[in-house]
Amino acid sequence: MIPDSAALAIDARMLSRRFGARWVLRGASFTLGAGEAAGLVGPNGSGKSTLLRVLCTLLRPTTGSATIFGADVTREPDLVRDAAGFFSPVPGVYEDLTARENVRFAATMLRRPDADADGALERVGLAHVAGDRVRGFSSGMLRRLSLARLLVHRPRLLLLDEPYNNFDAQGIGLVNDVIRDTLAVGGAALVVVHDVASAMPVAGRWFALLDGRVEPSDAASVGYTSPPASPAVVAGVR
Amino acid sequence: MAFRDDWMRARAVAWKDLTAERRSKAGFNSVAALGITILVLFGFALGPDTEAIRAAAPGALWLAALFAGVLAFNRSYQLELEGGALEPLLLYPGSRRSLFAGKLLANFVFVLLLMAIVIVASLVLFHVEVPGTWPALLGVALLGAIGLVTLGTFYAAMASRSRAREVLLPLLLFPMLVPVLLAAMEATKALLAGDVMREAGAWASLLVAYDAIFLSATFLAFDAVIEA
Repeated sequence: MIPDSAALAIDARMLSRRFGARWVLRGASFTLGAGEAAGLVGPNGSGKSTLLRVLCTLLRPTTGSATIFGADVTREPDLVRDAAGFFSPVPGVYEDLTARENVRFAATMLRRPDADADGALERVGLAHVAGDRVRGFSSGMLRRLSLARLLVHRPRLLLLDEPYNNFDAQGIGLVNDVIRDTLAVGGAALVVVHDVASAMPVAGRWFALLDGRVEPSDAASVGYTSPPASPAVVAGVR
Repeated sequence: MAFRDDWMRARAVAWKDLTAERRSKAGFNSVAALGITILVLFGFALGPDTEAIRAAAPGALWLAALFAGVLAFNRSYQLELEGGALEPLLLYPGSRRSLFAGKLLANFVFVLLLMAIVIVASLVLFHVEVPGTWPALLGVALLGAIGLVTLGTFYAAMASRSRAREVLLPLLLFPMLVPVLLAAMEATKALLAGDVMREAGAWASLLVAYDAIFLSATFLAFDAVIEA
């Protein structure tokens, strides 16, 4: 049966992306249904971030196609940008604006009510510094601010690139709560991780990106991404 | 509805740029200092001849605005690149033209403030009296600033992804600005002399045509430039 692409959160077909002479993605094909969260693992440089950047329209695929809730990433980028929220390892905030001003700016650009900004800051635990300039925030606070921007967006598809970086245990729980909330309203999430354990509570499926292709994986076999301890470290422990 | 959304976004981008600039202060202060320094250097280069200095005032004024403006245009995109904010900016749904309009608006305010300082400084340093034609002179300053800012904002976006952007921007921008500089300088010269030959109007018309053409062209081409 041909899947109904509008019901699929992601429908990637033979996606390829080249940087100069180097092919990073080589015919990546996979689907992710509404209400599903999947973890994506792979070695450094395997193209995980490139895949997310293609899906959120930051990069154009060299060949192949993909749809996000039925909207084509190349032909209908505006619909894709409205449906998909990309959470990057780089916070992308303005240091000379306050936390509240940063989120309100995002709300205006996303055509969301300004009033949502304070609620989002409250939820990520930054309400007490809402009026402070971002310059001087710790990296964890910057990540929380970036997450607040995503909360204001309320996208149907979360594209999360290393979302647990710089977060404490409470922050990791917060990220997973955001994923659960998105799934509860029929959304979906694709989570790029190295720290597989953090995503285990939410990811129902796993993919591995190897040689530029997306392969189905399972929770038990993705542990390979944790590098084996070096003999020196092992000796030190002993 | 789409126009209203675009206008809201353009206003938000302009507000964000101007607020960040106002709070950091470093940008405007250094750009204004550069503008005044260029005028002083022109004064030294021309020597003590008061008539020669006065005759060179229009050229010095516009070149000071141009060189200082280039720094401002580079800064407007540096703000996005510093904290990795360009990616989120490009991921907001809606027309890219609203981003360009916002940057254009912020740079226009920035350059107008800069020109106000440069004009006052050149009146003092070049012994130029305020002419009776000063309202027309303000009009020429506005038209010249629109041309300067339109192409400056556009080419700064084009150069922003390059590692050599500080060098690339003047290389791209200066040749394209020759008509606007020539027209602005000639109109300013004529108006400072009282415009007895009624030639300022023709130069101002050229400025209007230049602004209209390049405002339209840059708005149409911005999508391709920022997506590249």
